[in-house]
Amino acid sequence: MNQPLLRTPLYDLHLELGARMVPFAGYDMPVQYPAGVMAEHLHTRAKAGLFDVSHMGQVRIRPKSGQIADAAHALEALVPADIVGLKPGRQRYAVFTTADGGISDDLMVTNMGDWLLLVVNAACRDADFAHVHDALNASCDVEMLADRALIALQGPAAEAALVALDPKAAGMRFMDVAQMELAGVSCIVSRSGYTGEDGFEIGMAEDGALTVARALLAHPDVAPVGLGARDSLRLEAGLCLYGSDIDQTTTPVEAALEWSIQKSRKPGGARAGGYPGAAIMAEQLTDGTTRRRVGLRAQGRAPVRGGAELFADEAGTQPAGYVTSGAFGPSVGGPVAMGYVAADHAAIGASLFASVRGRLLPVVVTALPFVAATFKR
Amino acid sequence: MTVYYTKEHEWLRVEGDVAVVGITAHAANELGELVFAEARDPGTTVEQGDSVAVVESVKAASDIYAPVTGDVLAFNDALGDDAALVNRDPEGEGWIVRMTIADASQLAGLMDKATYTALVG
Repeated sequence: MNQPLLRTPLYDLHLELGARMVPFAGYDMPVQYPAGVMAEHLHTRAKAGLFDVSHMGQVRIRPKSGQIADAAHALEALVPADIVGLKPGRQRYAVFTTADGGISDDLMVTNMGDWLLLVVNAACRDADFAHVHDALNASCDVEMLADRALIALQGPAAEAALVALDPKAAGMRFMDVAQMELAGVSCIVSRSGYTGEDGFEIGMAEDGALTVARALLAHPDVAPVGLGARDSLRLEAGLCLYGSDIDQTTTPVEAALEWSIQKSRKPGGARAGGYPGAAIMAEQLTDGTTRRRVGLRAQGRAPVRGGAELFADEAGTQPAGYVTSGAFGPSVGGPVAMGYVAADHAAIGASLFASVRGRLLPVVVTALPFVAATFKR
Repeated sequence: MTVYYTKEHEWLRVEGDVAVVGITAHAANELGELVFAEARDPGTTVEQGDSVAVVESVKAASDIYAPVTGDVLAFNDALGDDAALVNRDPEGEGWIVRMTIADASQLAGLMDKATYTALVG
């Protein structure tokens, strides 16, 4: 694993903006700019943050028949989400499941009219591509879009900043996707993101990324935000980080992601099952699971981090689960975490204790998200 | 009043036979705004190089290592509600812990200001 770090097309811009760079999923990425994680987080919730997420993988699925339904049906063999019912110009969250019912990645799927666009996690990109290619190769041309960049613009001022470049942005609703020309660059814009805020994700050819980023940063309300604040923002929004909160050992039902399995794919639905681990999911959707992903608020100020063990009693004799992500939530003004707890301790308001440096700190099971989403539905 | 520095970016100020310990401005800047700090309980004996306190930013927890062997005397209670005091005045009001100095000869192994300043550039 001693390969040189990859760079996104915005690498030089990050340095120019004074970013502190760190290795992330094989890329040299900005973890923060001079403003710092706290200020960048709060700026995103107050105005708008610009994030370079070009490290994420993008995959194009083009049906050989020319019929988008054929690609959608084929992809439904890999994910429990309703892809056939996803209309042109719409995006949806999905997970790749394993035969054991685990999650091998989470992704966004967009119906581009005559092809499907997948956006997957950087660390899973190659495995995801192989997985999709192997399964869909017979009916579809599956292509890694290695020369694409992706910029997220998130926060209450995101719409105004984007409208300044193309008024069409104002008409989009949450999870709409549109083609736009921004500062002369052809872009695929979705009204979605990973912060709980209204905002957009903007994809373009690599060589147009700098132009679009500079045009957006020229807006007085837009500031660059690094991966540090991206993590605290998504945690406050109750959104999972693949590899921490979900992985091959957690099922979508355990992870409280049932909402990503639409009615048509659930038992009794028009296209029920048909994806890896479907029998396990059917059972869990009916009978529940022995553990569940929940939100956790610590009572004091000490952050409870990923890996902390949870107990039902203050003496720490009755294990109740473990924390998968934890940080200080700048907008909440206190520690926030999520983790898996035994079903009998998963009710909102349940009291648990987290082991932090040998001490047992009281935490309370709390509804997610910690900060209300402001999506434009 | 003599101040010593460690390569782990702690400072130690000798006040009589007591050491006041904190983190350097360089370290505070690197860590970013702190949201929480706590120290080992008073009376705890810590060896040189052991964790004597923890400071946390939004992202991560960082250990503060004892520059010398000694007993913890007190945590800076002002940090309980306002850990960012460390960022605002790292080598003054933002001190973290007071401790005894069990073996004053350990001080000779620490850096002076000029050496530390050269280290962090």
